[in-house]
Amino acid sequence: MSLLEIKNLHIKVDNHEILKGIDLKVNAGEVHSIMGPNGSGKSTLAQALARRETYAVTAGEVSYNGKDLLAMKPEEAACEGVFMAFQYPVEIPGISNAYFLRSALNAIHKYRGLDEIDAIDFLPLFREKLKLLDMDEKLMNRSVNEGFSGGEKKRNEILQMAVLEPKLAILDETDSGLDIDALRIVARGVEAMRKPDRAIVIVTHYQRLLNYIVPDFVHVLVDGRIVRSGGPELALELEEKGYGAMEAEAGHATPA
Amino acid sequence: MITATQQLESYLECFSEFEKLAAGHDLPWLRKLRRDAFARFCAAGFPTTHDEDWRFTNVSAIAQTPFRLTRNGRARLSQQELEPYRVAGVASQLVFVNGRIARELSLLSKLPDGVKVRSLAEEIPSNPGAIEAHFGRYLDVRRDAFCALNTAFAEDGAYVHIPRGTLVEEPICLLFVSTAEDDPSMSHPRNLIVAEEDSQATFVEDYVSLDGGGAVFCNTVTELVAGDHTVLAHYMIEREHKQAFNISTLRIQHGRGANVVSHSVLLGGALVRNNVHPVLAGEGGECLINGLFIGNGHQHLDNYMLVEHASPRCGSRQFYNGILDEHAHGVFHGRIIVHKDAQKTDAKQTNRNLLLSDDAQIDTKPQLEIYADDVKCTHGATIGQIEADALFYLRSRGIDEVSARKLLLFAFASECLDRMKQGPVRKHVEGLINRCLLQMANSAPGASTENRREDTGRNWEEIA
Repeated sequence: MSLLEIKNLHIKVDNHEILKGIDLKVNAGEVHSIMGPNGSGKSTLAQALARRETYAVTAGEVSYNGKDLLAMKPEEAACEGVFMAFQYPVEIPGISNAYFLRSALNAIHKYRGLDEIDAIDFLPLFREKLKLLDMDEKLMNRSVNEGFSGGEKKRNEILQMAVLEPKLAILDETDSGLDIDALRIVARGVEAMRKPDRAIVIVTHYQRLLNYIVPDFVHVLVDGRIVRSGGPELALELEEKGYGAMEAEAGHATPA
Repeated sequence: MITATQQLESYLECFSEFEKLAAGHDLPWLRKLRRDAFARFCAAGFPTTHDEDWRFTNVSAIAQTPFRLTRNGRARLSQQELEPYRVAGVASQLVFVNGRIARELSLLSKLPDGVKVRSLAEEIPSNPGAIEAHFGRYLDVRRDAFCALNTAFAEDGAYVHIPRGTLVEEPICLLFVSTAEDDPSMSHPRNLIVAEEDSQATFVEDYVSLDGGGAVFCNTVTELVAGDHTVLAHYMIEREHKQAFNISTLRIQHGRGANVVSHSVLLGGALVRNNVHPVLAGEGGECLINGLFIGNGHQHLDNYMLVEHASPRCGSRQFYNGILDEHAHGVFHGRIIVHKDAQKTDAKQTNRNLLLSDDAQIDTKPQLEIYADDVKCTHGATIGQIEADALFYLRSRGIDEVSARKLLLFAFASECLDRMKQGPVRKHVEGLINRCLLQMANSAPGASTENRREDTGRNWEEIA
């Protein structure tokens, strides 16, 4: 049984059909990359899996770990082990990063019937992950993402992922806007998360991040459908030829 | 319901009876002060919404109820009943029941030498000179009928005196308990706090009601005299039951270089009006007016600020945050008057509001009157809702919807909390806010996340 199995998924956002029948299987231990041009539906797919409720599923089904993912609330999906790193992490003034992260971890612990972790026990775990992502401990006492640089926000997402240890991690354009140093740090953080019992789905426009995290499978999403799937060589082909060729293949050529 | 004539007759009857027996009835100056104030109240009557200062607050429910003074009620309370209303970590708490001192319920720890914390009704006969020097000298009964009414019936409340150069580390807490009587009852607590030059202290006024839910009207006035270079903090906490009427006025007289912080936390009451009126009368005074109001049901919470800059080089800051749910109505009226000689004034005012339902309402009104020509005054207001993106972000990390809502509300409220100094009072307030917001988050209809309006709203800024 696959960890994630998407069958014929159709999604409407504001009455526009964005996903027009997605089929995808992801097994534990695999890294998949979903690539596609702007507006192809990549982020919609990522957010739908994280259970953004404003996205209406009009057809299809998603099974995750043998359960119906589409019946879950965002917090249930998170507690079941789904994590999405946001393309645009949200700033939340008034809540410290450390408090937020500990609340999240404890919410998940509670759901799984584990003991809650107090602030003191939390600290060593926290420090270890901060180090992995080369983050300043001072960021932890600041409000969530408030006043963070673009790179700090993205690293903060990976930090959350490292602390929450999901079964299915979805990275929504985590590489966009990162300079090469930040990209390397993020990639190192993600690579460290690669485990036999965990699947990682990397949603990206560019191939750059895939130089550091080599995926097992690459899927090309064009206009709400997966038009090609293959191995890591497909990413290189895309880098070379651009999306134009595949859009043309899919019958949806867009003017350059 | 009663007519205006019946209403005055009812108050007149109460007043004649009260005046004969009230503490200090034999002091000519006090008798005159009460009579003049009562005459003023009779002439002015209760304000109406035609009155600019009361445009958004209709007090006819108070005007039309025949309230009587309660002279008893204090005997029936036990220490145990008050236990939930104590402030953890605070040893001094003066307790007033329906506006009158309840000595047996009060806790008094040892205070620094010369510091006096006692009942005003007891202090008037024993120390009339000291009272006369300040009592009623700062409050303008012509401005406000409720202040006139309070002065007419002024007798008991707290009298606090802090001698020159004294540091009182422990907060001085005043607990005002209203108990429901058979008939609608009113009380007019009157506090006089005199902090002499170079002293430092913290005062807490905490208004609560013991369950019963009868009509109660608490009309309170505090005159706070901040001597030169004093550093003072004042907390006003309103958490009476949801049928209570509460009108309060804090009149602060700033000395030279005095630094006074006023925190108002309005959580309870049906109709609440909180007036904060500092007069920066000495050069270089500083004033922070910090407020949080949280309402639901049909609560009406009115925050009225009148900041008078009467001397040069004074600074004032007003920060008010409001959270309103269901049919609650909030008012923020921030008036700043910069007098002719108050050059180099630096005044700032900010009001931020979260409306959690379509029926909640906020009226926010800045009013600047500037008669000096070298001043800096800014003001701004925002009205918004809980952001759907923030809610989704928290939920996507495993935090359930109610907790996520509460967390976001608390984050908004914590802006006000952060302006309070760390210590037992802040902890106390934090606990109250926490409980209030949890209840609010729990009662929120889970599905209203579709409304995605951002916290932009109205925004204005002005440099004069």
